[in-house]
Amino acid sequence: MIWSQWLFDLPLALVLLWLAWRLLTSADLFKAVVLFIAFGLLMALAWVRLQAVDIALAEAAIGAGVTGALFLSALNKINSEQQKNDKGQAETKGRNL
Amino acid sequence: MRLFSAKLIIIVLLVALAGLIAWAILSLPFNGPSLRAQVFANIGHSGVSNPVTAVLLNFRGYDTLLEIVVLFLAVLGAWSLGMVQLPGPPYPAGLFLSALLRILLPAMVLTAGYLLWAGAHAPGGAFQAGAVLGGAGILLLLTEVRFASAIVSWPLRTLLSAGVLVFTGVALGSMFLGGRLLEYPRHWAGILILVIETAATLSIGVILTVLFIGGRPSEADRTLSVKSTGKRKDK
Repeated sequence: MIWSQWLFDLPLALVLLWLAWRLLTSADLFKAVVLFIAFGLLMALAWVRLQAVDIALAEAAIGAGVTGALFLSALNKINSEQQKNDKGQAETKGRNL
Repeated sequence: MRLFSAKLIIIVLLVALAGLIAWAILSLPFNGPSLRAQVFANIGHSGVSNPVTAVLLNFRGYDTLLEIVVLFLAVLGAWSLGMVQLPGPPYPAGLFLSALLRILLPAMVLTAGYLLWAGAHAPGGAFQAGAVLGGAGILLLLTEVRFASAIVSWPLRTLLSAGVLVFTGVALGSMFLGGRLLEYPRHWAGILILVIETAATLSIGVILTVLFIGGRPSEADRTLSVKSTGKRKDK
């Protein structure tokens, strides 16, 4: 009984740590956001294993869902701003030349 | 060489911090002082049978009230950043997406209602239900904006402040009825908690949706808002 629990909990904890490391060190922000959402869903599983179902529900809905959507929207804004800036710089460069 | 030593110092500090945290966790008593016995002894008076809801909405109602105020303040902070045009749908909603929405959105509202109702006796409650509602709202914002822009203005403001207003109203009302702040009349505790949680669920759902917009949604029609975005470009 106890062994089967360890069989589930230990890989879960290790995958959580691995995901956390991957998402913090990822140079690609989009990849980091996707990893963060995956991390949130697995974290919800970890909360269920810790018998905190209330927190698991909030983690799945807010941690993975709403925060993930917020990050994706922020990323979208950053990218479109960067594109605008790049265009503007290109234009001013063209004028200077 | 200098870079290497700086790295080394950081690594040593991090290891020391990790060791400190590990020591702090290991030095915690395994069965710490707990209010579990007191909670279960008084749960009959709380109006609900789920211990988490009893603590959040009755025994420590003050904390929850302030949490909802914090969420409300977060919206005020976001709105003070400036006007934002409601984001248009990035792609026109296709046949599949709109069919999916028609099934998914009612299901999400139903789930939120269930979580709210279940909070009295099982895991669930206002924050979880509100988060699901918020998810539905964000989905609506990302797809069918025509529907969303109709509710800006006073209905939106009423929903945003409903949680804070109802919770504060009940807290003060119980004071006028002879108790202390947030000391609900015993026979009314269950129904009062449900009323507070319903208002809080709606508010949290709307607050999360509004925070996703990232600013005060402009109530003006499109021609005016195009002008305001033009101004921003000039800056």
